[in-house]
Amino acid sequence: MSAPGSNAGWVKLSLDAGRATWSFGGAWTIDHAASLARDIEAAGGASARAALFDLTQLQQLDTSGAWLIARLGHALEAAGVAVETRPGDPALAALLTRVAETRDVLPTPPRHRSLGDKIAELGAAVEHVVLESRDLVAFLGHLVLALGRLVLRPWKLRWNAVFAHLEQTGLNALPIVGLINLLVGVVLAFQGADQLARFGAQTFTINMLGISVLREMAVLLTAIVVAGRSGSAFTAQIGTMQVNEEVDALRTIGLDPMDVLVVPRVLALVIALPLLTFFADMMGLLGGGLMCVVLLDISFQQYLSLLNQAITINHFWVGMSKAPVFAILIALVGCFEGLRVSGSAESVGRLTTRSVVEAIFLVIIVDALFSIMFSYLDI
Amino acid sequence: MADESDIAISLRGIVNRFGQQVVHDGLDLDIRKGEVIGIVGGSGTGKSVLMRTVIGLNRPAAGSITVLGTRMDKASDAERARIEASWGVLFQNGALFSSLTVAENVQAPMREHTDLPAELMGELAALKIRLAGLPADAGAKFPSQLSGGMKKRAGIARALALDPEILFLDEPTAGLDPIGAAEFDDLIRDLQRSLGLTVVMITHDLDSLVAICDRIGVLIDRRIRVGTLAEHLQDEHPWIRQYFHGKRARAAGI
Repeated sequence: MSAPGSNAGWVKLSLDAGRATWSFGGAWTIDHAASLARDIEAAGGASARAALFDLTQLQQLDTSGAWLIARLGHALEAAGVAVETRPGDPALAALLTRVAETRDVLPTPPRHRSLGDKIAELGAAVEHVVLESRDLVAFLGHLVLALGRLVLRPWKLRWNAVFAHLEQTGLNALPIVGLINLLVGVVLAFQGADQLARFGAQTFTINMLGISVLREMAVLLTAIVVAGRSGSAFTAQIGTMQVNEEVDALRTIGLDPMDVLVVPRVLALVIALPLLTFFADMMGLLGGGLMCVVLLDISFQQYLSLLNQAITINHFWVGMSKAPVFAILIALVGCFEGLRVSGSAESVGRLTTRSVVEAIFLVIIVDALFSIMFSYLDI
Repeated sequence: MADESDIAISLRGIVNRFGQQVVHDGLDLDIRKGEVIGIVGGSGTGKSVLMRTVIGLNRPAAGSITVLGTRMDKASDAERARIEASWGVLFQNGALFSSLTVAENVQAPMREHTDLPAELMGELAALKIRLAGLPADAGAKFPSQLSGGMKKRAGIARALALDPEILFLDEPTAGLDPIGAAEFDDLIRDLQRSLGLTVVMITHDLDSLVAICDRIGVLIDRRIRVGTLAEHLQDEHPWIRQYFHGKRARAAGI
C-alpha cells in the first residue's frame, strides 16, 4: 500500500464501532489503477455493518479510479453494508456519482470457443460452401443474361472499361507471365533431360517439353498468376466500392452493377487470358529450347525442327481452348466475391483472399475435367 | 498571453500546403488547459488538417507545435509516446479497428500503455462503453454491425480509454440525433469538469458551440481567430457575421 501523502493514490481502512471508514487520497488515475485494485482487495474490511467513503483527501480522480471506488461501493452494498460518502472536491464527487450510477457495466467475456462451438462452426462452414456454390451458379446465370442483353444491344457495352481492364490484366501482366513461363520451360527441359538420359532417351526431352508446355503448363501457370494478380484486384476494387456504398449508388441511378462492373471485367479477361497463354507458350518453349541447346548439344534450328516433328497443332489448341474457360472462372469468382463484401474493410481483405483461393481451386478442378474429357475424345 | 504552464497546446507559425494550395499560413494558436475549444470554418479551410497537424499525423511545412510543454518536433520517442498516451482522438468516422470487437477496440490503447489486469481492463472497457452511451451488449459487436452514430460513440469510448488529458474530437455530434448530441454535450461537459480535460472539438453543431465551448476558433484567411462567442458576435468579418448571425445561429439561441 502506498503511504498517505505520496502523489500516487492510496486507500486506508479504519474500523471503529462496527463502522468502516475508507479514506481515499492522492491520485486515483489509470496509471495507478493496477496497484490500487490490489490495495482495495488487500484491505478487506467486510465485517463492518456500515461504511463511510472519505473522499476529502482525493487529489485527482479519473474514470478508472472512480470505477475502482464505485465497484467497491457496489460490492459492499450487495453484501448488505450501508455506504455513506463524505465528498471532498465537488467535481470529483460528481464524476464518482456519474460512474457509480452507470448501470449495466457488463464486461464482454473474452472470445473463446468450446468444442461444441467448433463443431457448429464446421457445420456452418459446410453450409456456407453449399450456399455459396449455389449463389455462384446463380451469379453465372445473371452474367449470361447480361451478356445476352449485350448481344441484342452491343452499343451498350462499356468499351472504355473493357480496354482499361485489358491493359491492366493483359498488357501489364506480360513481364511476370513471360518470366515465370520462361523459367518453368528451363526447369522442365533440365529435369526432363536429366531423367531421360538414364534411358538414353534424351532426344525425347523435346517431345515432353513441347507437350507439357503447350497442353498444361503455360495455360495453368498463366491462369494461376492472373488469378493472383487480377482476380484479387477485381475483388478488392468491387469490394471497396461496396464498402463506400458506390455499388448502391450505381443501383440508385439505374445502372446494373452487372453491366457496369462485371461484364467489362469478364470480357477483358476472356480476351486477355488466351493472348497471355499464347505468349506463355512461346516463352516456355523458348526457355526449354535454350536449355535443350545447352544440354543436348544441338543448335536452335535443330531444336525447332525437332519440336516441329514432336508436336502437332492439336496440342497447342488443347491448351488454348482452356484459356477462355479459365478466364471466365477467374473473373466470375473475383467479381462475385467483390460484390459479397459487406460493411468493413476487413471483409474486403477476407474475401480477396477467398477469391484467389477459390479461383485457383476451380481452375485446377476444371483443368482435371478437361484432361479427362480430352482423353475420352482422344485428342 | 497566459502563463506558460496553463497552455496545453501551443502552435506557432504553422504553415500547411498541399501542392499549390496553402491551407494555413503562419497560424498561431494557444489552447489553455481545461478549456473546451471549438474549431469552426468553411469547407476546405483545414479544420481536420489542423487537428492532424497537432496530433502528428501531418507534418507542417513550417512552424512549431508544443503539447504539454514538449516541443513535438524535437521530442524523443519516449517523450512522444508519453504525450501520445495523454491524448485521445475521435476521428470523423470513428476509425474503429474493424477486426476487433468494440470492447477490444476500447481495450487496445489500455493494452499498449498500461499493465492493468485483464479483468479490470474488461470492466473499464465496459464502463467506457456505457459512459459513451452505448448499450451494454455493444461491447461484443464488431464495428461493421454498428450504425453510424453507434460507431461514433464507440470511437468516443476508445478515445476515453486512457482517461486522456486532451481530447481531440472531429465532428463528434455529426450524425447523432439531437437527443444523442445533447447527451454527448453533457458527457463532454461532465468529463471536462471532473477530469480537467482539455477538449479540442471540430464541430459545426451550433448547439454544441453554445452549450459547451469556452472559446471558439474560427479558421479564416489561413489563420485562426480565437475568442469567446460574445467576441465573435462583435466581429465584422463577413464570414464570421454570416456564421454567427445566420438563421441557424438564431435557431440555436445565439
